[in-house]
Amino acid sequence: MHEMGIAMQVVEIAAASIPPEMAGSRVERVNLKVGKLAAVVPDSLRFCYDVVIRDTPLAGSVLHIQEIPVTAECGDCGHSWTADRPEFRCGACGSGNVRIVSGQELEIISIDIEDP
Amino acid sequence: MEVKVVRKVLDVNDTNAQRNRLRFAEKKVFVLNVMSSPGSGKTTLLQKTLAEIMPDIRTGVIVGDICTSNDADRLSAAGVPVVQVNTDEFGGDCHLAAHVIEKAAENFDLDALDLLIVENVGNLVCPAEFDIGENARAVVLSVTEGEDKPIKYPLMFRESDAAVLNKTDLLPYLDYDRDAAVDYIHQVHPGMPVFELSAKTGEGLAAWVDWIRGKVRGKG
Ligand SMILES: Nc1nc2c(ncn2[C@@H]2O[C@H](COP(=O)(O)OP(=O)(O)OP(=O)(O)O)[C@@H](O)[C@H]2O)c(=O)[nH]1
Ligand SMILES: [Mg+2]
Ligand SMILES: [Zn+2]
Repeated sequence: MHEMGIAMQVVEIAAASIPPEMAGSRVERVNLKVGKLAAVVPDSLRFCYDVVIRDTPLAGSVLHIQEIPVTAECGDCGHSWTADRPEFRCGACGSGNVRIVSGQELEIISIDIEDP
Repeated sequence: MEVKVVRKVLDVNDTNAQRNRLRFAEKKVFVLNVMSSPGSGKTTLLQKTLAEIMPDIRTGVIVGDICTSNDADRLSAAGVPVVQVNTDEFGGDCHLAAHVIEKAAENFDLDALDLLIVENVGNLVCPAEFDIGENARAVVLSVTEGEDKPIKYPLMFRESDAAVLNKTDLLPYLDYDRDAAVDYIHQVHPGMPVFELSAKTGEGLAAWVDWIRGKVRGKG
């Protein structure tokens, strides 16, 4: 639902990350990490991205989304697992002292710029 | 050529939220962010809560209502300062962002407040992603919604510090499994306090009010 706002932030950060000496080169791809627990729907983010990049230095680029699985770790017994459903009680010892190790990412990793 | 960036997409919001948090701490104001799906009873719950905690906890309210001033009017009737943030100020968004709270907070005399309650926009998805500089988050779920909301919107329940299960006065008329609802909440967030109450009748309200009192008292 807030994918448009997220797309605008992505474009702003990515555009500001183009090194000055490469200004004017074509950006081919923006690489994003999105955790499966993040409140973002990849398809609608890609759709919004395509709308937002018009008339920006990123026009014509592709948003590449790497989805990150949710992994969790028990603070009591050390058990760690990949959570394919949102269950954050430890399956080994029942503890609720569980840390989410990955799956909440919403990060721009890099941009691919056309070689001169 | 690949140019490394490695930046959080929402880092501007996170920075703004951190600035809010420092300012609220300096002014000794505890900030509670209240979230739910549309119509779960946030405004009703806050009306009843304000009646209990005022005037000993000096409270202000920011309410994010997309189109109307209905909620603000209902809350003003409780005699607290209310600032409404509506669509024009934040582009019809589905959540309140930190910079919106920063601006809204300028309308209060923070020195005269102990507690600032933010009624977020009715939505279980987007507000969970946006830090506003709050000290605690409460999610309101009502018994007229599905028991499995917590596992459908896990981020919201994971990121909250307390859950309210509202409209319990309707239980006799519904086929609602409250134990299942509480268990789903605890699957996502083990140990999170769950307050089963009726904002309408006031039944169960005391434990929730005590939780708020404890939070406000415990602030640094
Ligand atoms: N039966 C019953 N109805 C309630 C209770 N709490 C709220 N309601 C009703 O539920 C409806 C929505 O309540 P609101 O307090 O406006 O809900 P809200 O979450 O603030 O709604 P939005 O701000 O629009 O998202 C109103 O008709 C309330 O009277 C309750 O405990 N029991
Ligand atoms: Mg309301
Ligand atoms: Zn364990």
